[in-house]
Amino acid sequence: MSEALKAILVRDLRLALRAGGGAGIGVMFFLAVVAVTPFAIGPDMKLLARMGAAVLWIGALLASLLGLDRVFAVDQEDGSLDLLLIAPLPLTLVAAAKGAAHWIATGLPLVIAAPLLGLLLGVEPAALGAVALTLLFGTLALTFLGLVGASLSVMLPRAGMLVAVLVLPLAVPILIFGVAATEATARGELFSAPLRLLLALCLFFLVLGPLAAAAALRHARD
Amino acid sequence: MRLIVENLACARGGRTLFEGLSFALAAGEGLRIVGPNGAGKTSLLRVIAGLLAPAQGRVALEGAEGGAGEASHLIGHQDAVKGALTVEENLEFWRAMLGGGAATVETALSVLGLAALAPFPARVLSAGQRRRLSLARLLVAKRRLWLLDEPASGLDADGLQTLSRLIAEHLAAGGITVAAAHGAPDVPGAREIRLGGGA
Repeated sequence: MSEALKAILVRDLRLALRAGGGAGIGVMFFLAVVAVTPFAIGPDMKLLARMGAAVLWIGALLASLLGLDRVFAVDQEDGSLDLLLIAPLPLTLVAAAKGAAHWIATGLPLVIAAPLLGLLLGVEPAALGAVALTLLFGTLALTFLGLVGASLSVMLPRAGMLVAVLVLPLAVPILIFGVAATEATARGELFSAPLRLLLALCLFFLVLGPLAAAAALRHARD
Repeated sequence: MRLIVENLACARGGRTLFEGLSFALAAGEGLRIVGPNGAGKTSLLRVIAGLLAPAQGRVALEGAEGGAGEASHLIGHQDAVKGALTVEENLEFWRAMLGGGAATVETALSVLGLAALAPFPARVLSAGQRRRLSLARLLVAKRRLWLLDEPASGLDADGLQTLSRLIAEHLAAGGITVAAAHGAPDVPGAREIRLGGGA
């Protein structure tokens, strides 16, 4: 069983990182959002620094929605999904492994890029670390929540917009507690209430996302 | 081991494709499903695999744990081949995913005549070569029931011969094959059912 899990992880990472896989698109989009923000707001360094964490979170949230619609659709299009459905590995674990691979290829780069992009916005050093910490849990929660949207839209062509519309309302709590946790952590509070709520959301979606995605994929067959 | 199909009916989008279909296959028996386009050949294979719910009736595989799907290899219209991965990586993935335990990737590729292409990305394969790669899945994991949907499409004369040989060997080893076909390769002793067209 663990061999099959590893096989999915390795295959999806290879597909994401090779030419045409689209792993870099999220980071490029994130960079674009952060880079244009100072032009829109103006050269007020104090304002930028105060808004910085929130801008980083918005950018990372939107960037992580970008490739979600392809997670299961690529396997649907070439017939792989049928074979995954009748494979010995439970479909919930297939979905979890695909979610993990998608997060490593698209979510983790956002976490790593966030502190660097924060420098562009003049975010304070303490807040840079806080943003990276909260985005680590935040992107994980977003990816596994996104699995549900990705599986619901698997039979529909060009479902990118639909996935964003489906996922965004449910992603709002992650954004709220994520930004609040960033501010609390930057002030030096170690385990603030918003951070604990963010962790709770992360665990909730880590468990529920693959379960719901597997149910939706099975249902989509008929 | 026996595959039993009882009073099966299948409907797609409200239209009944076939109904009242019953047959049983014992170990070592092969079945050909023939019929015009749209008669429900692919749907029948997908119902047996458990990918489609039947409108009526049941499919059972006696003597196998789990459903018929887990005990079967499915070769569909789509090849389940990723162009960005090499030929070898494609087959290695399915070997790990399906539980392996049978031929190695190298052996399977050389049986299907793809050994020389192993390190190349699968996107350079022709349609017939993709089909061969897809058929190589049959060898890397052991399954008693083979569900083959137009397995011969795109294959050349040599490929057809290999396919016939693989099917014959599978049947001789006590397996069961159900193949949808227009011009299927001749399988010794294969039974035939006809869907649609007044059957």
